Amino acid sequence: MTYAADVAALARKDLLLELRAKETLPAMLLFVLSTLTVFHFALPRGAGGLAALGLLWVAIVFTALLGLTRAFVAEREQGLLDALVLAPCDRSAIWLGKAVAVLAFLVAAELVALPAFAAFFAPVGARTIVAVVLADVGIATVGTLLGAMAVAGRARELLLPLLFLPLAIPIVVGGVGASAGGGSRYLAFLALYDAVFAVLSWASFEYVVAEA
Amino acid sequence: MRFGERRVFNGVDVDLGAGGFLLVTGANGSGKTTLLRVLARLTAPSGGELELPERHAIGYLGHEPHVYRELSPLENLDLFGRLYRVPERRERVGMLLERFGLWDVRRERVGSFSRGMQQRLGLCRVLLHEPRLLVLDEPYNALDAAGGELLDGLLAEPGPARIVATHEPRRVERLALDRLVLA
Amino acid sequence: MDHVTRRLSENRGVASATAAVALLAASIGLIFFYAPDDTDQGFSQRIFYFHVPLALTSYVCFAWGAWKALRVLWKGDDEADLESYVAIHQGVIFGALTLVTGSLWARASWGVWWSWSEDQLVLFLVLFLFYCAYFMLRFSVEPGRARANMCAVYALFGVVLIPISFLAIRLSRKFIHPVVFTSHGPQMAGSQFLTFCVSLAGMIMLFVVLYHVELAGKRIDAHLRDLRELLA
Repeated sequence: MTYAADVAALARKDLLLELRAKETLPAMLLFVLSTLTVFHFALPRGAGGLAALGLLWVAIVFTALLGLTRAFVAEREQGLLDALVLAPCDRSAIWLGKAVAVLAFLVAAELVALPAFAAFFAPVGARTIVAVVLADVGIATVGTLLGAMAVAGRARELLLPLLFLPLAIPIVVGGVGASAGGGSRYLAFLALYDAVFAVLSWASFEYVVAEA
Repeated sequence: MRFGERRVFNGVDVDLGAGGFLLVTGANGSGKTTLLRVLARLTAPSGGELELPERHAIGYLGHEPHVYRELSPLENLDLFGRLYRVPERRERVGMLLERFGLWDVRRERVGSFSRGMQQRLGLCRVLLHEPRLLVLDEPYNALDAAGGELLDGLLAEPGPARIVATHEPRRVERLALDRLVLA
Repeated sequence: MDHVTRRLSENRGVASATAAVALLAASIGLIFFYAPDDTDQGFSQRIFYFHVPLALTSYVCFAWGAWKALRVLWKGDDEADLESYVAIHQGVIFGALTLVTGSLWARASWGVWWSWSEDQLVLFLVLFLFYCAYFMLRFSVEPGRARANMCAVYALFGVVLIPISFLAIRLSRKFIHPVVFTSHGPQMAGSQFLTFCVSLAGMIMLFVVLYHVELAGKRIDAHLRDLRELLA
């Protein structure tokens, strides 16, 4: 019971932080709109809805990266992980709380991105929406863990994309496949990805933030 | 204690009983911070033996006060109170805020505070869960005069064992029972 | 007794190096003189005897690295951090060679420098990127327990990524690219199989040798550093 309470307290904290700072989410929303606009100019004439769909997923991944880079900023700048890590609560609660908050931001960004995409390029089907939700879960779980790793090093903003993109490739495959009508096996694949990496991240977060 | 190729300090023996007070001094870069982090269970030592209380019985205050700037003192302490399972959280939070002169600003954003006030909040946080061991790294650095006096008072009264690093030892010398100088 | 054990381990090192050289020499001989020409592709198909063993050896490297990573986390074994790093380092080297030979093979077979329809190759590209980031991570963090832990976690992620990426690439082929023939199936003629096995054994032996050499080198560095400090 206390684990859930810890996670809730931490997630609430992260959402509150963003609500007050109002930095990350507006940036993500603006970024996704700008990116989609750039894509319009980047697509050659007659490229078709399928190519645009691919770019939707590119936009999703890179917007997520923007948000993830900011995920642990407060903890890093004020050395807060030191205080959080000494608490008796399970360290994985830190990860889960943060991942829940990141997921909320991603969903918020998608609420802008998907309608914009539908308006700019092509209508968005139910399959796509489910795929986006599943993908967001995967991005939030893996990205939060990697974000904690990147923040511990020197080259933070440089490091996170490098760590994240190879792991994002399966997400993109699943997402594009699902939204382009490739059958429910792509959704199943995304669910598999989410399950596997969520468990792995949950179990290994402790080692990423704590030494002793 | 070494980080890869860099040896930070070597051959340190520390033995502190309940109620003890260890003063750690040394020039900048002598490894005080590293030693304190090892003693606060934050950094793993590269060699030697360590016997410390459980991590939740330790209170660590580093160079930063470790508080969220976008939250208020109340919200900060409430969060840490929950995570550290502090019994009678509300009363304890109120008592500490009052003691350190932050009760009036308890609902304001910490980011708007002076560095001295933030450090005072850091002290509240460190004492919140009644740790058995206090590890304070240069606590006087950021404190203003009033805060310094409050800390003097705190260190003078009996309580948890404490390890204080400072490069201005004069202030607490008479209180310290032990002294460790890092070269 | 100490000098006896030292002799034995020296001999073991020499023995495995000899074995590696012998196997590799034998495999080169077999590849160029013994294995028959492929009916579809002719002489250039022989790159396959380098390419696939290199790939499999890479997998072995990453798996070994992941095993050592598990020991870092589970047993707190500090030595294992260095061993994991060296294994992954070797894995990236063999991986780079895999990509290069794969590219040469694509060039020889289809006249292009890269082929997205070769699952193996694409999987390797993804892994190569992933493990290169391992080094970025490693060199961005101060050495110590924290770094060992983080690299170990990342190495474990890598090993989980291998099957997941493979699945992803299979799925994407059906969808994104037209299915192109693959010229190497599980059915190989006896002589081909022999050549392949010898080459594989040689590559793995090479990894073992290089692994121990690099590990020994790094350990000697560490000892030297310790000695210098004792004297200082």
